[in-house]
Amino acid sequence: MIQVQGLHKSFGNLKVLKGIDLEVQKGEVVSVIGGSGSGKSTLLYCINAIEKIQKGKILVDGIDAHDKKTDKNKLRQKLGMVFQQWNSFPHLTVLENVTLAPRVVLGQTTKQAEDLAKQYLDHVGLGDKYDEYPTRMSGGQQQRLAIARTLAMKPSYMLLDEVTSALDPELVGEVLDTLRLLRKEGMTMICVTHEMAFAKEVSDRIAFVEKGIIEEIGDAHQVIENPANEKTQRFLSKVL
Amino acid sequence: MGLSLFTPLSWNDTGFILTGVLNTLYISIVAIFLGSVLGMVVGFIRSISKQSFNLFMGAFLDILRTVPLIIQLVLFSTYVGVIGWPLNPFTCGSIILSLYTMAFMSEVFRAGFESVSDSMRIASRSLGMGYWQTIRYIVLPIGMRTVFPSWIGVSLSVVKDSALVSVIGYMELLRTSDQLITRTQQPLEILLGVGLFYFIISYPLSFFGRHMERKMAI
Ligand SMILES: Nc1ncnc2c1ncn2[C@@H]1O[C@H](COP(=O)(O)OP(=O)(O)OP(=O)(O)O)[C@@H](O)[C@H]1O
Ligand SMILES: [Mg+2]
Repeated sequence: MIQVQGLHKSFGNLKVLKGIDLEVQKGEVVSVIGGSGSGKSTLLYCINAIEKIQKGKILVDGIDAHDKKTDKNKLRQKLGMVFQQWNSFPHLTVLENVTLAPRVVLGQTTKQAEDLAKQYLDHVGLGDKYDEYPTRMSGGQQQRLAIARTLAMKPSYMLLDEVTSALDPELVGEVLDTLRLLRKEGMTMICVTHEMAFAKEVSDRIAFVEKGIIEEIGDAHQVIENPANEKTQRFLSKVL
Repeated sequence: MGLSLFTPLSWNDTGFILTGVLNTLYISIVAIFLGSVLGMVVGFIRSISKQSFNLFMGAFLDILRTVPLIIQLVLFSTYVGVIGWPLNPFTCGSIILSLYTMAFMSEVFRAGFESVSDSMRIASRSLGMGYWQTIRYIVLPIGMRTVFPSWIGVSLSVVKDSALVSVIGYMELLRTSDQLITRTQQPLEILLGVGLFYFIISYPLSFFGRHMERKMAI
């Protein structure tokens, strides 16, 4: 379970998150929607302890993510993160992209890591690309590679930050299909997205964030189709 | 006809010339190697340092880069002599040429480290890789590929600049040729030959560079 309690985060004088409370159960998919600059990415970065926080608490399976004594590298192994910019490692082949962290961090042998990597690459539909270099692939393929690379660390949770926003429209579908597959397999996900239809389809709950505050959170269908908060209504009327 | 003071170039001089070639290669390789290792360390430190410290370090490196190498060589070899700690020309030349190379290499490597975006590093860290693991497996290899052409460029100029170490008495290619010219009075042939040798030494390096560049293109 991921528990965010009274989270405050600022960059210098700029208050970005102003008291976020959020609980995500194992097996649940929660989407986070909201306008540009509302603090959605920052929230994920705080959960992953990539960004420091000023106030509040984040517990991942009961472990305090921002405690000095917490091993951040161990924590991040639990929290697989995929970004808007896929950041494939350009000097490594597709297969090596996926095997690197399991070898270096988990100490798997090359053989172990490759067997596992092939499984995940097949899973995301890159079974024919093992020896390709990522820079020769499309954005959609690179994003699926990023997902496979993250899955190979066997995370308990996935944090997805607008993973389709940088893609050409015709490539969005293949990446969303991959996420649908993960959802079907019971992966716990926090999914920052601009794809409202997709959010409604795959999420259990949706949280609407504005100016660093969760203005509304509830059942996915209810939030999209029948928002209770007028700020949510205003936002949705603009994007839908 | 009086006896000539000069003896023409002959095959017997091959060994002498070869010593010069090897010595040029030797000191160049030492300087490129040490200069690269030190330059990588200094470049890394500069890429993560605060502005104020960087200004200070930059000033020191600027001195090495802007004071003509020949002056540095003469100053240093004279100074170590004066303080009663004379070094042989090779050691003396290696130290200065390596430092000089380091000053240029540090900028090359710094640019390499800085070419790797924060988001690339964050992607690596988010996989559970530590700070040094990220440097070792992501930042270093990507950065080095990016600046490889500049690295080759600096290395090539080190081979040429090594000729200046002749002024403190190191028997490299230029100095051997200088002695041969004095003896034979055939400057044209000898300088042409020496020029050709520098080309022969440098060409493989630039060829290797272009080959690797193509291979590593990312
Ligand atoms: N590293 C940083 N340093 C300073 N300010 C930052 C930093 N990262 C984000 N911000 C600021 O914090 C605010 C929230 O940014 P964040 O990226 O979390 O928004 P977002 O909801 O993800 O927006 P988008 O939909 O555009 O991705 C913005 O005003 C942004 O400029
Ligand atoms: Mg964002």
